[in-house]
Amino acid sequence: GNWGRLAAQQSLTQDQLLQFDTFGNVSLIHVTDIHAQMKPIYFREPEMNIGVGPNKGDVPHVTGADFRKLYGIDDGSPSHYALTYNDFSALAREYGKVGGLDRVATVINAIRAERPDALLLDGGDTWHGSYTCYHTQGQDMVNVMNALKPDAMTFHWEFTLGSDRVREIVEGLPFAAMGQNIFDAEWNEPSEDFKDYQFFERGGVKIAVIGQAFPYMPIANPGWMFPEYSFGIRDERMQEMVDEVRGQGAELVVVLSHNGFDVDKKMAGRVTGIDVILSGHTHDALPEPVLVGETIIVASGSNGKFVSRVDLDVRDGRMMGFRHKLIPIFSDVIEPDAEVAAVIDEQRAPYLDQLTEVIGKTDSLLYRRGNFNGSWDDLICDALLSEREADIAMSPGVRWGPSILPGQDITREDIWNVTTMTYGKAYRSEMTGEFLKVILEDVGDNLFNPDPYYQQGGDMVRIGGMGYSIDISKPQGERISDLTLLKTGEAIDPAKTYVVAGWASVNEGTEGPQIWDVVENHIRKQGTVTVAPNTSVKVTGV
Amino acid sequence: MADNVKPRVKAPKSASAGEVVTIKTLISHTMESGQRKDSDGNTIPRSIINRFTCEFNGTMALDMTMEPAISTNPYVEFDVTIPESGDLQFTWYDDDGSIYEDTKSVEVG
Amino acid sequence: LAAGAVALTVLPFRANAAGEDAIADFTGGADVAEGGVNLDAPEIAENGNTVPIGVSAEGATAIMLLAMGNPTPGVATFNFGELAGSTMASTRIRLAGTQDVVAIAKMADGSFAKATKEVKVTIGGCGG
Ligand SMILES: [Mn+2]
Ligand SMILES: [Mn+2]
Repeated sequence: GNWGRLAAQQSLTQDQLLQFDTFGNVSLIHVTDIHAQMKPIYFREPEMNIGVGPNKGDVPHVTGADFRKLYGIDDGSPSHYALTYNDFSALAREYGKVGGLDRVATVINAIRAERPDALLLDGGDTWHGSYTCYHTQGQDMVNVMNALKPDAMTFHWEFTLGSDRVREIVEGLPFAAMGQNIFDAEWNEPSEDFKDYQFFERGGVKIAVIGQAFPYMPIANPGWMFPEYSFGIRDERMQEMVDEVRGQGAELVVVLSHNGFDVDKKMAGRVTGIDVILSGHTHDALPEPVLVGETIIVASGSNGKFVSRVDLDVRDGRMMGFRHKLIPIFSDVIEPDAEVAAVIDEQRAPYLDQLTEVIGKTDSLLYRRGNFNGSWDDLICDALLSEREADIAMSPGVRWGPSILPGQDITREDIWNVTTMTYGKAYRSEMTGEFLKVILEDVGDNLFNPDPYYQQGGDMVRIGGMGYSIDISKPQGERISDLTLLKTGEAIDPAKTYVVAGWASVNEGTEGPQIWDVVENHIRKQGTVTVAPNTSVKVTGV
Repeated sequence: MADNVKPRVKAPKSASAGEVVTIKTLISHTMESGQRKDSDGNTIPRSIINRFTCEFNGTMALDMTMEPAISTNPYVEFDVTIPESGDLQFTWYDDDGSIYEDTKSVEVG
Repeated sequence: LAAGAVALTVLPFRANAAGEDAIADFTGGADVAEGGVNLDAPEIAENGNTVPIGVSAEGATAIMLLAMGNPTPGVATFNFGELAGSTMASTRIRLAGTQDVVAIAKMADGSFAKATKEVKVTIGGCGG
């Protein structure tokens, strides 16, 4: 109740959250995967985040109590709430919402007060993920981020605005838009629309920041929306870029990456000469950098929930030491920056009535993150099954989307926060049982292939109306078994055809109503939604 | 002759004697594989570029045979030694007997 | 994630005999050594219809490229002429599913060498 909340907030102060003994001569500020969340939200971290191959059991594949033990985090503490999933609803009531770009601004300003020339680097997935972002084609986020004055950014979901829109925005950006792995698809040459790297002179140190956009853009997202570009990891070219900037006198080499954490780890082991990788895409939040050789990898969470500060001591052309803090943005503790708050309000004002309309209420905690299930996804699948009259529903395993506490109203904004995209049409089609298995095997391998370079950094496709077993230790083609149609309890027949509803198809010309309308109609009919725990996926081989 | 078949070449305009230069070529062509069916279920006949050559002043640099597994708008990148001033001659051979050509002059200074 | 209209085969193919026959035609049945050939291919194809592939082999006179899982495995043969600036070439190919791409180099001394790389073709569609 309120007493707990007050006590929790009294014990936590802005000064504490910002406390940092300034170190060395360079400061980096990293934000990433904001997914257009300008306002405070709730965000539950995953319960299940399985590591495979060389990353089995390593961070970020540690969750819950194991995570708290690893980092010495007390149960019930602010870090427990910010970084792990247990007791989420209760702790959320005590500690309140997280994020809000006006609070992020306060943190950035405080760091800049101590280190005026700190570099602010945005890892991408910035111009995607909300009602206003969709309706302004990313302009709301561009305006708010410009107010934070970043020095560089890289990209992923931005490209789903379509390449014309991306170029239009990038041309007007007052900072560097980067990706050494963004290529002109036609001639297989580095794209002239994006920079490979940018030099900065800070604290007497010559710093090179190299951009690395999401490598699997045309695979994970609709390639037809940006056909001029090709991506890929291109770690050999990354080595060339590192050597090139070192040759030009770079004393500190930072990679602003949207590879995903395990891909960054592998890349750090193959490319020499990178001092710092600021890692994005897989939405992991780590209280300490991970060291690979002489490279530190920093993971800064998602949805505006965290800001990383990395202070570095760079002398004689070498990184001699670092000090790091993952700063959780407790919205009720950190004072909003008035200037940025005004910019945010200005973006939302034309849409406020639409945003705040209450569609229904939830009795259950609605969250998404986790390798297999999220209650938000279960609700979306329920909506697809009933509104689209399907046997089976599929919802993509994306990692963005805030949580809603039991007892909270669900507004239109809340629904858009977990569904919005430029290819959100809810298709209804027929698939054979065999093809359903092929899909599960395909997505399973994108997640559980032991080689990180084969991983795309999402979670498993969410399934409604069908159960299955997965042995993650097996190779592709052998992981999935026991497909069962839940409404009859019968085994899925490979030769039989089933009606499947889903959304986020990467195929051009997909037809159907927008997923947010499907979900809104469903919730409206329910009034108050309740989502039963999902027990239809059996996971083995962990 | 198939419609809208247009070769494009990226090659340097100048080089030093004996220099190895990188050439990139593209030709707009559907490269119909012969394995697709139309909406009536009839096989669409194969129609591809089956050979591509690059010569410099009449001497062969690359002679490439292509099968239907080469993508639409065939792209080829390769290196040529430029011994003297002269012309790079590019030739694409179509299944239908058509021949498409392009020439790029390279000055050795 | 793909809509069901796409009857894409994404499970790994088994190499078919036609691929081995094509290799035998090229080599005349001679032994093929492993190594000495570079084959550049992406781990995962961005688009199975246009997969960038690069080949090179020091001392080669010709390099044959095969997609072992395609219904017709032959892809291309690069014959390097007198003015070839290197024994390297790149092109873009169609892959009907996850499979091995193979490059066989014919060396100036009449020997043969080989490189193989698996390229994954995926339905794709989910992400962070
Ligand atoms: Mn993201
Ligand atoms: Mn991402």
